Amino acid sequence: MRSEPLFALIDCNAFYASCERVFRPDLARTPIVVLSNNDGCVIARSYDAKPYVKMGEPYFQAREKLSRHGVVAFSSNYALYGDMSERVMTLIEGMVPALEVYSIDECFADLSGIQQGLTQFGNSLRTRVLQCTGIPVGVGIAGTKTLAKLANHMAKRLLSQTDGVIDITDPVKRDWVLRNSKASDVWGIGRKMTAHLEAMGIYTAMDLARADARTLRQKFSVVVEKTARELGGTPCLELEDVEMAKHEICSSRMFGERLSDLPPIKQAVATYVGRAAQKLRAQGSLCKRMRVSIRTGMFNPKEAHHAQGALVELPYPTCDTLLMTRLATDAVSKIFRPGFRYSKAEVLLMDLRQPGEFSEDLFALNQPVASGRLMRVMDDINDRWGRGTMRTASVPLIPDWGMKRGMMSQSYTTRIDQLWTVKC
Amino acid sequence: MSITFLGWPLGSTGPFPLYSFHVPAGFPSPAADHMEGHISLDELFDIRAPHVYLVRVEGDSMQGAGIYSGDIVIVDRGREPEHGDIVIAALNSEPVCKRLHRRDGVVMLKSENRNYPPRHVGEGDDMVVWGVVRYSVRDHAQ
Repeated sequence: MRSEPLFALIDCNAFYASCERVFRPDLARTPIVVLSNNDGCVIARSYDAKPYVKMGEPYFQAREKLSRHGVVAFSSNYALYGDMSERVMTLIEGMVPALEVYSIDECFADLSGIQQGLTQFGNSLRTRVLQCTGIPVGVGIAGTKTLAKLANHMAKRLLSQTDGVIDITDPVKRDWVLRNSKASDVWGIGRKMTAHLEAMGIYTAMDLARADARTLRQKFSVVVEKTARELGGTPCLELEDVEMAKHEICSSRMFGERLSDLPPIKQAVATYVGRAAQKLRAQGSLCKRMRVSIRTGMFNPKEAHHAQGALVELPYPTCDTLLMTRLATDAVSKIFRPGFRYSKAEVLLMDLRQPGEFSEDLFALNQPVASGRLMRVMDDINDRWGRGTMRTASVPLIPDWGMKRGMMSQSYTTRIDQLWTVKC
Repeated sequence: MSITFLGWPLGSTGPFPLYSFHVPAGFPSPAADHMEGHISLDELFDIRAPHVYLVRVEGDSMQGAGIYSGDIVIVDRGREPEHGDIVIAALNSEPVCKRLHRRDGVVMLKSENRNYPPRHVGEGDDMVVWGVVRYSVRDHAQ
Protein backbone atom coordinates (compact mmCIF):
# COMPACT_ATOMS: atom_id res chain seq x y z
CA MET A 1 0.00 0.00 0.00
CA ARG A 2 1.23 3.51 -0.78
CA SER A 3 1.81 5.50 2.35
CA GLU A 4 2.32 8.98 0.85
CA PRO A 5 -0.78 11.09 0.21
CA LEU A 6 -2.31 10.93 -3.22
CA PHE A 7 -5.04 13.19 -4.60
CA ALA A 8 -7.23 13.43 -7.65
CA LEU A 9 -9.12 16.48 -8.84
CA ILE A 10 -12.11 15.36 -10.86
CA ASP A 11 -14.21 17.90 -12.71
CA CYS A 12 -17.07 17.75 -15.16
CA ASN A 13 -16.43 19.10 -18.65
CA ALA A 14 -18.67 22.06 -19.53
CA PHE A 15 -20.98 20.77 -16.80
CA TYR A 16 -24.21 22.73 -17.38
CA ALA A 17 -24.04 22.22 -21.13
CA SER A 18 -23.28 18.51 -20.63
CA CYS A 19 -26.34 18.17 -18.36
CA GLU A 20 -28.55 19.68 -21.06
CA ARG A 21 -27.27 17.06 -23.52
CA VAL A 22 -28.06 14.03 -21.33
CA PHE A 23 -31.76 14.00 -22.23
CA ARG A 24 -31.30 15.55 -25.67
CA PRO A 25 -29.39 13.01 -27.79
CA ASP A 26 -30.36 15.16 -30.79
CA LEU A 27 -28.02 17.85 -29.46
CA ALA A 28 -24.98 15.55 -29.14
CA ARG A 29 -23.18 17.46 -31.89
CA THR A 30 -24.88 20.82 -31.54
CA PRO A 31 -23.01 23.58 -29.73
CA ILE A 32 -24.81 24.67 -26.53
CA VAL A 33 -24.64 27.67 -24.20
CA VAL A 34 -26.35 28.11 -20.83
CA LEU A 35 -27.47 31.54 -19.63
CA SER A 36 -27.42 33.10 -16.17
CA ASN A 37 -30.57 33.93 -14.18
CA ASN A 38 -32.99 36.06 -16.19
CA ASP A 39 -31.15 34.95 -19.32
CA GLY A 40 -28.62 37.72 -18.72
CA CYS A 41 -25.32 36.37 -19.99
CA VAL A 42 -23.54 33.23 -21.10
CA ILE A 43 -22.28 31.23 -18.10
CA ALA A 44 -21.45 27.88 -19.70
CA ARG A 45 -20.40 26.73 -23.14
CA SER A 46 -19.97 23.28 -24.63
CA TYR A 47 -16.53 22.83 -26.24
CA ASP A 48 -17.93 23.26 -29.70
CA ALA A 49 -19.63 26.54 -28.69
CA LYS A 50 -16.41 28.12 -27.39
CA PRO A 51 -15.24 29.56 -30.71
CA TYR A 52 -18.49 31.52 -31.13
CA VAL A 53 -19.01 33.27 -27.83
CA LYS A 54 -17.06 34.53 -24.84
CA MET A 55 -17.79 33.55 -21.25
CA GLY A 56 -19.95 36.23 -19.61
CA GLU A 57 -21.03 37.81 -22.88
CA PRO A 58 -24.51 39.39 -22.56
CA TYR A 59 -27.09 37.25 -24.28
CA PHE A 60 -28.88 40.10 -26.05
CA GLN A 61 -25.56 40.99 -27.67
CA ALA A 62 -24.70 37.42 -28.68
CA ARG A 63 -28.16 36.18 -29.65
CA GLU A 64 -28.00 36.96 -33.34
CA LYS A 65 -24.50 35.55 -33.76
CA LEU A 66 -25.38 32.38 -31.82
CA SER A 67 -28.40 31.56 -33.92
CA ARG A 68 -26.40 32.22 -37.08
CA HIS A 69 -23.93 29.49 -36.03
CA GLY A 70 -26.67 27.11 -34.90
CA VAL A 71 -25.75 27.40 -31.21
CA VAL A 72 -28.68 26.45 -28.94
CA ALA A 73 -29.17 28.52 -25.77
CA PHE A 74 -30.73 27.29 -22.52
CA SER A 75 -31.89 29.16 -19.43
CA SER A 76 -30.15 27.75 -16.36
CA ASN A 77 -31.97 24.75 -14.89
CA TYR A 78 -30.47 24.34 -11.44
CA ALA A 79 -32.86 21.56 -10.43
CA LEU A 80 -31.40 19.44 -13.23
CA TYR A 81 -27.76 20.45 -12.62
CA GLY A 82 -28.08 19.83 -8.88
CA ASP A 83 -29.51 16.34 -9.39
CA MET A 84 -26.91 15.38 -12.02
CA SER A 85 -24.13 16.73 -9.78
CA GLU A 86 -25.35 14.55 -6.92
CA ARG A 87 -25.33 11.52 -9.19
CA VAL A 88 -21.76 12.21 -10.38
CA MET A 89 -20.47 12.79 -6.84
CA THR A 90 -22.20 9.68 -5.45
CA LEU A 91 -20.68 7.53 -8.20
CA ILE A 92 -17.18 8.87 -7.54
CA GLU A 93 -17.64 8.52 -3.79
CA GLY A 94 -18.35 4.82 -4.29
CA MET A 95 -15.00 4.33 -6.03
CA VAL A 96 -12.55 6.27 -3.85
CA PRO A 97 -11.51 6.14 -0.17
CA ALA A 98 -12.64 9.74 0.58
CA LEU A 99 -14.17 12.67 -1.25
CA GLU A 100 -14.42 16.43 -0.85
CA VAL A 101 -17.10 18.05 -2.98
CA TYR A 102 -15.50 21.33 -3.96
CA SER A 103 -18.23 22.81 -6.14
CA ILE A 104 -21.23 21.71 -8.16
CA ASP A 105 -18.97 20.18 -10.83
CA GLU A 106 -15.66 19.52 -9.07
CA CYS A 107 -14.34 17.30 -6.29
CA PHE A 108 -11.08 16.27 -4.71
CA ALA A 109 -10.63 12.58 -3.98
CA ASP A 110 -8.16 10.86 -1.70
CA LEU A 111 -6.61 8.02 -3.69
CA SER A 112 -4.18 6.70 -1.08
CA GLY A 113 -4.26 2.93 -1.07
CA ILE A 114 -5.52 2.56 -4.65
CA GLN A 115 -3.81 -0.61 -5.88
CA GLN A 116 -4.15 -0.50 -9.64
CA GLY A 117 -2.25 1.78 -12.01
CA LEU A 118 -3.34 5.36 -11.45
CA THR A 119 -3.97 6.31 -15.07
CA GLN A 120 -5.95 3.12 -15.48
CA PHE A 121 -7.93 3.97 -12.33
CA GLY A 122 -8.59 7.48 -13.64
CA ASN A 123 -9.83 6.04 -16.90
CA SER A 124 -12.16 3.55 -15.24
CA LEU A 125 -13.58 6.35 -13.10
CA ARG A 126 -14.15 8.47 -16.17
CA THR A 127 -15.77 5.59 -18.05
CA ARG A 128 -18.10 4.72 -15.17
CA VAL A 129 -19.31 8.29 -14.63
CA LEU A 130 -19.82 8.76 -18.37
CA GLN A 131 -21.81 5.54 -18.70
CA CYS A 132 -24.00 6.11 -15.64
CA THR A 133 -24.69 9.82 -16.14
CA GLY A 134 -23.62 10.83 -19.63
CA ILE A 135 -21.39 13.51 -18.10
CA PRO A 136 -17.74 13.56 -19.26
CA VAL A 137 -15.18 14.24 -16.52
CA GLY A 138 -11.48 15.06 -16.44
CA VAL A 139 -9.09 13.62 -13.84
CA GLY A 140 -5.79 15.02 -12.55
CA ILE A 141 -3.74 12.86 -10.19
CA ALA A 142 -0.80 14.00 -8.06
CA GLY A 143 0.73 14.00 -4.59
CA THR A 144 -0.84 17.32 -3.51
CA LYS A 145 -4.20 19.01 -4.11
CA THR A 146 -2.62 21.97 -5.89
CA LEU A 147 -0.68 19.67 -8.25
CA ALA A 148 -3.79 17.53 -8.87
CA LYS A 149 -5.68 20.66 -9.89
CA LEU A 150 -2.85 21.70 -12.22
CA ALA A 151 -2.74 18.19 -13.71
CA ASN A 152 -6.48 18.36 -14.36
CA HIS A 153 -6.01 21.71 -16.09
CA MET A 154 -3.30 20.19 -18.30
CA ALA A 155 -5.47 17.13 -19.04
CA LYS A 156 -8.06 19.49 -20.47
CA ARG A 157 -5.53 21.39 -22.58
CA LEU A 158 -4.20 18.12 -23.98
CA LEU A 159 -7.57 16.41 -24.24
CA SER A 160 -6.78 14.62 -27.51
CA GLN A 161 -3.54 13.04 -26.18
CA THR A 162 -4.67 12.30 -22.62
CA ASP A 163 -8.30 11.29 -22.93
CA GLY A 164 -8.92 13.57 -19.97
CA VAL A 165 -6.73 11.73 -17.44
CA ILE A 166 -3.22 12.79 -16.32
CA ASP A 167 -1.17 11.23 -13.53
CA ILE A 168 1.82 13.35 -12.55
CA THR A 169 3.03 11.41 -9.52
CA ASP A 170 6.19 10.70 -11.54
CA PRO A 171 8.57 13.66 -10.85
CA VAL A 172 9.63 13.85 -14.50
CA LYS A 173 6.02 14.29 -15.64
CA ARG A 174 5.32 16.67 -12.78
CA ASP A 175 8.24 18.90 -13.75
CA TRP A 176 7.14 18.88 -17.37
CA VAL A 177 3.67 20.10 -16.35
CA LEU A 178 5.15 22.74 -14.03
CA ARG A 179 7.40 24.06 -16.80
CA ASN A 180 4.56 24.17 -19.30
CA SER A 181 1.97 25.85 -17.07
CA LYS A 182 1.74 29.54 -16.38
CA ALA A 183 1.75 30.73 -12.78
CA SER A 184 -1.74 32.09 -13.47
CA ASP A 185 -2.93 28.52 -14.23
CA VAL A 186 -2.24 27.56 -10.61
CA TRP A 187 -5.15 27.12 -8.21
CA GLY A 188 -5.73 30.31 -6.21
CA ILE A 189 -3.40 32.56 -8.24
CA GLY A 190 -5.60 35.38 -9.50
CA ARG A 191 -4.92 38.19 -11.92
CA LYS A 192 -3.56 40.64 -9.36
CA MET A 193 -1.30 38.04 -7.82
CA THR A 194 -0.02 37.10 -11.27
CA ALA A 195 1.08 40.69 -11.85
CA HIS A 196 2.91 40.77 -8.50
CA LEU A 197 4.58 37.45 -9.22
CA GLU A 198 5.67 38.55 -12.68
CA ALA A 199 7.27 41.60 -11.12
CA MET A 200 9.37 39.12 -9.10
CA GLY A 201 10.31 37.17 -12.23
CA ILE A 202 7.88 34.33 -11.53
CA TYR A 203 6.16 33.37 -14.78
CA THR A 204 5.67 29.62 -14.82
CA ALA A 205 4.30 27.21 -12.24
CA MET A 206 7.87 25.89 -12.00
CA ASP A 207 9.16 29.39 -11.09
CA LEU A 208 6.55 29.50 -8.33
CA ALA A 209 7.43 26.03 -7.06
CA ARG A 210 11.09 27.07 -6.81
CA ALA A 211 10.48 30.50 -5.28
CA ASP A 212 11.65 31.08 -1.75
CA ALA A 213 8.79 30.12 0.56
CA ARG A 214 9.68 32.61 3.27
CA THR A 215 9.78 35.51 0.84
CA LEU A 216 6.37 34.53 -0.50
CA ARG A 217 4.91 34.44 3.00
CA GLN A 218 6.37 37.81 3.92
CA LYS A 219 5.40 39.49 0.66
CA PHE A 220 1.95 37.92 0.26
CA SER A 221 0.47 35.43 2.68
CA VAL A 222 0.83 32.01 4.15
CA VAL A 223 -1.69 30.83 1.53
CA VAL A 224 0.65 31.64 -1.35
CA GLU A 225 3.52 30.04 0.54
CA LYS A 226 1.48 26.84 0.89
CA THR A 227 0.59 26.94 -2.80
CA ALA A 228 4.28 27.07 -3.71
CA ARG A 229 5.15 24.25 -1.32
CA GLU A 230 2.35 22.12 -2.72
CA LEU A 231 3.65 22.71 -6.26
CA GLY A 232 7.02 21.49 -5.02
CA GLY A 233 5.36 18.27 -3.90
CA THR A 234 4.96 18.89 -0.16
CA PRO A 235 1.33 18.32 0.84
CA CYS A 236 -0.02 21.21 2.94
CA LEU A 237 -3.74 20.83 2.28
CA GLU A 238 -5.91 17.93 3.28
CA LEU A 239 -9.36 16.91 2.17
CA GLU A 240 -11.90 19.03 3.94
CA ASP A 241 -14.65 16.74 5.02
CA VAL A 242 -17.67 17.77 7.02
CA GLU A 243 -19.57 20.73 5.64
CA MET A 244 -19.76 23.37 8.34
CA ALA A 245 -23.12 24.89 9.25
CA LYS A 246 -23.31 28.29 7.58
CA HIS A 247 -23.14 31.43 9.70
CA GLU A 248 -25.31 33.44 7.36
CA ILE A 249 -27.97 32.44 4.87
CA CYS A 250 -28.90 34.63 1.95
CA SER A 251 -31.72 34.42 -0.53
CA SER A 252 -31.85 37.04 -3.25
CA ARG A 253 -32.83 37.31 -6.85
CA MET A 254 -33.26 39.84 -9.56
CA PHE A 255 -36.90 40.26 -10.47
CA GLY A 256 -37.89 39.22 -13.99
CA GLU A 257 -39.09 42.78 -14.51
CA ARG A 258 -38.80 46.10 -12.70
CA LEU A 259 -41.35 46.57 -9.87
CA SER A 260 -42.74 49.94 -8.78
CA ASP A 261 -45.57 48.77 -6.50
CA LEU A 262 -45.30 47.45 -2.99
CA PRO A 263 -47.54 44.32 -3.13
CA PRO A 264 -45.43 42.29 -5.60
CA ILE A 265 -42.25 43.33 -3.77
CA LYS A 266 -43.78 42.02 -0.54
CA GLN A 267 -44.57 38.77 -2.34
CA ALA A 268 -40.98 38.47 -3.50
CA VAL A 269 -39.65 39.15 0.01
CA ALA A 270 -42.07 36.55 1.45
CA THR A 271 -40.82 34.04 -1.14
CA TYR A 272 -37.16 34.69 -0.31
CA VAL A 273 -37.87 34.46 3.44
CA GLY A 274 -39.54 31.08 2.81
CA ARG A 275 -36.49 29.77 0.94
CA ALA A 276 -33.99 31.12 3.44
CA ALA A 277 -35.94 29.77 6.43
CA GLN A 278 -36.10 26.35 4.82
CA LYS A 279 -32.31 26.33 4.40
CA LEU A 280 -32.05 27.47 8.02
CA ARG A 281 -34.12 24.52 9.24
CA ALA A 282 -32.25 22.11 6.95
CA GLN A 283 -29.04 22.87 8.85
CA GLY A 284 -30.90 22.76 12.16
CA SER A 285 -30.22 26.39 13.08
CA LEU A 286 -32.26 29.24 14.49
CA CYS A 287 -31.79 32.89 13.63
CA LYS A 288 -32.07 35.98 15.77
CA ARG A 289 -31.63 38.75 13.22
CA MET A 290 -32.40 39.29 9.58
CA ARG A 291 -31.67 41.97 7.03
CA VAL A 292 -34.17 42.77 4.33
CA SER A 293 -33.09 44.98 1.45
CA ILE A 294 -34.37 46.19 -1.90
CA ARG A 295 -32.68 48.12 -4.65
CA THR A 296 -33.23 49.57 -8.06
CA GLY A 297 -30.97 48.82 -11.03
CA MET A 298 -27.67 50.56 -10.32
CA PHE A 299 -26.16 50.87 -13.78
CA ASN A 300 -28.76 52.52 -15.94
CA PRO A 301 -27.93 56.24 -15.81
CA LYS A 302 -31.45 57.19 -16.93
CA GLU A 303 -33.09 55.63 -13.87
CA ALA A 304 -33.34 57.02 -10.35
CA HIS A 305 -31.27 54.88 -7.99
CA HIS A 306 -32.38 53.75 -4.59
CA ALA A 307 -31.14 51.07 -2.26
CA GLN A 308 -32.34 50.58 1.26
CA GLY A 309 -32.17 47.86 3.85
CA ALA A 310 -33.66 47.24 7.26
CA LEU A 311 -32.39 45.16 10.12
CA VAL A 312 -35.07 43.12 11.83
CA GLU A 313 -34.53 41.93 15.36
CA LEU A 314 -36.53 38.77 16.01
CA PRO A 315 -38.21 38.36 19.42
CA TYR A 316 -36.41 35.05 20.01
CA PRO A 317 -34.12 32.73 18.05
CA THR A 318 -36.48 31.22 15.51
CA CYS A 319 -36.89 29.22 12.31
CA ASP A 320 -40.60 29.98 11.96
CA THR A 321 -41.40 31.03 8.39
CA LEU A 322 -44.69 32.65 9.45
CA LEU A 323 -43.15 34.95 12.04
CA MET A 324 -40.17 35.80 9.85
CA THR A 325 -42.40 36.52 6.83
CA ARG A 326 -44.63 38.86 8.84
CA LEU A 327 -41.71 40.86 10.22
CA ALA A 328 -39.83 40.93 6.89
CA THR A 329 -42.82 42.16 4.89
CA ASP A 330 -43.50 44.82 7.57
CA ALA A 331 -39.90 45.91 7.23
CA VAL A 332 -39.99 46.14 3.47
CA SER A 333 -43.17 48.24 3.66
CA LYS A 334 -41.21 50.73 5.74
CA ILE A 335 -38.21 51.00 3.43
CA PHE A 336 -40.17 50.96 0.16
CA ARG A 337 -40.42 54.35 -1.54
CA PRO A 338 -42.85 55.01 -4.34
CA GLY A 339 -41.53 56.33 -7.62
CA PHE A 340 -38.62 53.94 -8.01
CA ARG A 341 -38.34 50.92 -10.25
CA TYR A 342 -36.95 48.17 -8.06
CA SER A 343 -34.96 45.32 -9.59
CA LYS A 344 -33.86 43.13 -6.70
CA ALA A 345 -34.69 42.09 -3.15
CA GLU A 346 -32.52 40.24 -0.68
CA VAL A 347 -33.12 38.49 2.61
CA LEU A 348 -30.10 37.76 4.77
CA LEU A 349 -30.44 35.65 7.91
CA MET A 350 -27.79 36.50 10.50
CA ASP A 351 -26.80 35.66 14.02
CA LEU A 352 -27.49 31.97 13.45
CA ARG A 353 -27.37 29.62 16.39
CA GLN A 354 -27.79 25.97 17.07
CA PRO A 355 -30.60 25.18 19.51
CA GLY A 356 -29.13 24.81 22.99
CA GLU A 357 -26.00 26.74 21.96
CA PHE A 358 -27.32 30.09 23.19
CA SER A 359 -27.58 30.59 26.92
CA GLU A 360 -31.21 30.39 27.78
CA ASP A 361 -32.28 33.01 30.24
CA LEU A 362 -35.00 31.43 32.33
CA PHE A 363 -37.34 34.30 31.53
CA ALA A 364 -36.28 34.90 27.93
CA LEU A 365 -38.81 34.10 25.24
CA ASN A 366 -38.27 30.89 23.33
CA GLN A 367 -39.76 29.72 20.08
CA PRO A 368 -43.05 27.98 20.95
CA VAL A 369 -42.80 24.22 20.53
CA ALA A 370 -45.85 24.29 18.26
CA SER A 371 -44.09 26.54 15.68
CA GLY A 372 -41.21 24.11 15.39
CA ARG A 373 -43.63 21.26 14.86
CA LEU A 374 -45.64 23.15 12.26
CA MET A 375 -42.45 23.93 10.34
CA ARG A 376 -41.41 20.28 10.38
CA VAL A 377 -44.76 19.29 8.91
CA MET A 378 -44.41 21.98 6.23
CA ASP A 379 -40.89 20.79 5.29
CA ASP A 380 -42.04 17.17 5.16
CA ILE A 381 -44.92 18.04 2.87
CA ASN A 382 -42.67 20.09 0.58
CA ASP A 383 -40.02 17.36 0.53
CA ARG A 384 -42.59 14.84 -0.51
CA TRP A 385 -44.79 16.79 -2.89
CA GLY A 386 -42.36 19.31 -4.27
CA ARG A 387 -41.11 22.76 -3.33
CA GLY A 388 -43.84 25.30 -2.69
CA THR A 389 -46.67 22.79 -2.19
CA MET A 390 -47.29 24.28 1.24
CA ARG A 391 -46.32 27.91 1.64
CA THR A 392 -47.43 31.09 3.31
CA ALA A 393 -50.37 32.77 1.61
CA SER A 394 -48.18 35.74 0.70
CA VAL A 395 -46.15 33.61 -1.69
CA PRO A 396 -47.79 33.33 -5.13
CA LEU A 397 -47.66 30.10 -7.12
CA ILE A 398 -46.53 31.72 -10.34
CA PRO A 399 -45.29 35.23 -9.69
CA ASP A 400 -45.49 37.95 -12.33
CA TRP A 401 -42.11 39.14 -11.11
CA GLY A 402 -40.47 35.72 -11.41
CA MET A 403 -37.26 35.13 -13.25
CA LYS A 404 -37.21 35.14 -17.00
CA ARG A 405 -36.29 31.61 -17.97
CA GLY A 406 -37.82 31.36 -21.39
CA MET A 407 -35.49 28.67 -22.66
CA MET A 408 -35.39 26.33 -19.70
CA SER A 409 -35.33 22.58 -20.18
CA GLN A 410 -37.56 20.24 -18.15
CA SER A 411 -36.78 19.05 -14.63
CA TYR A 412 -36.16 15.63 -16.15
CA THR A 413 -34.93 13.98 -12.97
CA THR A 414 -36.72 15.79 -10.17
CA ARG A 415 -40.35 16.25 -11.26
CA ILE A 416 -42.57 13.28 -11.98
CA ASP A 417 -44.72 15.42 -14.29
CA GLN A 418 -41.67 16.50 -16.32
CA LEU A 419 -39.99 13.15 -16.94
CA TRP A 420 -38.17 12.58 -20.18
CA THR A 421 -40.66 11.10 -22.67
CA VAL A 422 -39.46 8.52 -25.15
CA LYS A 423 -41.38 7.03 -28.09
CA CYS A 424 -41.96 3.33 -28.30
CA MET B 1 -52.61 -16.08 -10.95
CA SER B 2 -51.29 -16.61 -7.44
CA ILE B 3 -50.66 -13.67 -5.22
CA THR B 4 -48.11 -13.30 -2.46
CA PHE B 5 -48.74 -10.48 -0.04
CA LEU B 6 -45.52 -8.59 0.58
CA GLY B 7 -46.58 -6.22 3.33
CA TRP B 8 -47.18 -2.53 3.16
CA PRO B 9 -45.10 -0.56 0.72
CA LEU B 10 -44.10 2.85 1.94
CA GLY B 11 -43.51 6.16 0.25
CA SER B 12 -40.06 7.62 -0.15
CA THR B 13 -40.31 10.01 2.73
CA GLY B 14 -41.60 7.89 5.51
CA PRO B 15 -39.75 5.88 8.03
CA PHE B 16 -43.09 4.75 9.45
CA PRO B 17 -42.87 1.63 11.53
CA LEU B 18 -44.39 -1.48 10.03
CA TYR B 19 -46.14 -2.11 13.31
CA SER B 20 -46.99 0.52 15.81
CA PHE B 21 -48.41 -0.84 18.99
CA HIS B 22 -49.29 1.65 21.59
CA VAL B 23 -49.81 -0.24 24.80
CA PRO B 24 -50.05 2.16 27.74
CA ALA B 25 -50.71 -0.71 30.13
CA GLY B 26 -51.12 -4.38 29.70
CA PHE B 27 -49.58 -7.13 27.71
CA PRO B 28 -46.50 -6.17 25.60
CA SER B 29 -46.83 -6.73 21.89
CA PRO B 30 -45.82 -10.22 20.86
CA ALA B 31 -44.70 -8.73 17.55
CA ALA B 32 -42.16 -6.38 19.09
CA ASP B 33 -39.36 -8.94 18.91
CA HIS B 34 -40.08 -9.71 15.27
CA MET B 35 -39.88 -6.24 13.69
CA GLU B 36 -38.15 -6.50 10.35
CA GLY B 37 -38.06 -2.91 9.17
CA HIS B 38 -39.88 -1.63 6.12
CA ILE B 39 -40.64 -2.50 2.57
CA SER B 40 -39.64 0.29 0.26
CA LEU B 41 -40.36 0.59 -3.45
CA ASP B 42 -37.43 3.01 -3.67
CA GLU B 43 -35.18 0.20 -2.52
CA LEU B 44 -36.86 -2.47 -4.60
CA PHE B 45 -36.45 -0.47 -7.79
CA ASP B 46 -33.24 1.19 -6.58
CA ILE B 47 -34.49 4.55 -7.84
CA ARG B 48 -32.26 6.54 -5.48
CA ALA B 49 -29.16 5.05 -7.09
CA PRO B 50 -27.08 7.51 -9.14
CA HIS B 51 -27.29 5.39 -12.28
CA VAL B 52 -31.09 4.88 -12.26
CA TYR B 53 -33.52 7.17 -14.11
CA LEU B 54 -37.27 7.34 -14.60
CA VAL B 55 -38.50 7.80 -18.17
CA ARG B 56 -42.04 7.99 -19.50
CA VAL B 57 -42.84 6.06 -22.68
CA GLU B 58 -45.40 6.95 -25.31
CA GLY B 59 -46.66 4.65 -28.04
CA ASP B 60 -47.92 1.11 -28.51
CA SER B 61 -44.94 -0.66 -30.07
CA MET B 62 -43.86 -2.41 -26.85
CA GLN B 63 -47.27 -3.70 -25.76
CA GLY B 64 -46.17 -7.30 -26.22
CA ALA B 65 -43.60 -6.75 -23.47
CA GLY B 66 -46.26 -5.28 -21.20
CA ILE B 67 -45.18 -1.69 -21.69
CA TYR B 68 -48.07 0.60 -22.61
CA SER B 69 -48.32 4.22 -23.58
CA GLY B 70 -47.98 6.49 -20.54
CA ASP B 71 -46.09 3.94 -18.43
CA ILE B 72 -43.02 4.94 -16.48
CA VAL B 73 -39.98 2.77 -17.07
CA ILE B 74 -37.10 2.48 -14.61
CA VAL B 75 -33.85 2.67 -16.53
CA ASP B 76 -30.44 1.44 -15.37
CA ARG B 77 -27.49 3.14 -17.04
CA GLY B 78 -24.94 1.18 -15.01
CA ARG B 79 -25.60 -2.14 -16.81
CA GLU B 80 -23.94 -3.23 -20.02
CA PRO B 81 -26.76 -3.64 -22.54
CA GLU B 82 -27.05 -7.23 -23.73
CA HIS B 83 -28.87 -9.07 -26.47
CA GLY B 84 -32.53 -9.34 -25.51
CA ASP B 85 -32.59 -6.36 -23.12
CA ILE B 86 -35.27 -3.72 -23.49
CA VAL B 87 -33.35 -0.48 -23.89
CA ILE B 88 -33.70 3.23 -24.29
CA ALA B 89 -31.56 4.04 -27.31
CA ALA B 90 -30.88 7.05 -29.44
CA LEU B 91 -31.17 6.00 -33.08
CA ASN B 92 -29.90 8.76 -35.31
CA SER B 93 -30.49 11.19 -32.44
CA GLU B 94 -34.06 10.06 -31.87
CA PRO B 95 -34.74 8.44 -28.49
CA VAL B 96 -36.73 5.19 -28.64
CA CYS B 97 -37.67 2.31 -26.34
CA LYS B 98 -37.15 -1.08 -28.07
CA ARG B 99 -35.79 -4.56 -27.53
CA LEU B 100 -32.11 -4.84 -28.44
CA HIS B 101 -31.16 -7.67 -30.79
CA ARG B 102 -27.42 -8.23 -31.16
CA ARG B 103 -26.46 -11.60 -32.60
CA ASP B 104 -23.94 -12.74 -35.23
CA GLY B 105 -23.07 -9.22 -36.24
CA VAL B 106 -26.70 -8.26 -36.76
CA VAL B 107 -27.99 -5.35 -34.69
CA MET B 108 -31.70 -4.64 -34.60
CA LEU B 109 -34.15 -2.65 -32.53
CA LYS B 110 -37.27 -4.78 -32.28
CA SER B 111 -40.79 -3.82 -31.34
CA GLU B 112 -43.16 -6.05 -29.42
CA ASN B 113 -46.10 -5.40 -31.70
CA ARG B 114 -46.82 -7.07 -35.04
CA ASN B 115 -47.65 -3.75 -36.65
CA TYR B 116 -44.05 -2.56 -36.32
CA PRO B 117 -41.29 -4.39 -38.22
CA PRO B 118 -37.82 -4.66 -36.63
CA ARG B 119 -35.45 -1.82 -37.44
CA HIS B 120 -32.06 -2.98 -38.71
CA VAL B 121 -29.21 -0.84 -37.49
CA GLY B 122 -26.71 -0.59 -40.30
CA GLU B 123 -23.40 1.07 -41.12
CA GLY B 124 -25.01 4.38 -41.91
CA ASP B 125 -26.93 4.52 -38.66
CA ASP B 126 -25.79 6.13 -35.48
CA MET B 127 -27.05 4.23 -32.46
CA VAL B 128 -26.21 4.82 -28.81
CA VAL B 129 -27.79 2.74 -26.05
CA TRP B 130 -28.80 5.20 -23.32
CA GLY B 131 -29.77 2.67 -20.67
CA VAL B 132 -31.37 -0.69 -19.94
CA VAL B 133 -35.04 -0.85 -18.89
CA ARG B 134 -35.32 -2.85 -15.65
CA TYR B 135 -38.93 -2.31 -14.58
CA SER B 136 -42.07 -0.58 -15.75
CA VAL B 137 -44.83 1.01 -13.72
CA ARG B 138 -48.40 1.52 -14.83
CA ASP B 139 -51.52 2.94 -13.27
CA HIS B 140 -54.22 0.30 -13.56
CA ALA B 141 -56.96 2.70 -12.50
CA GLN B 142 -56.46 4.84 -15.61
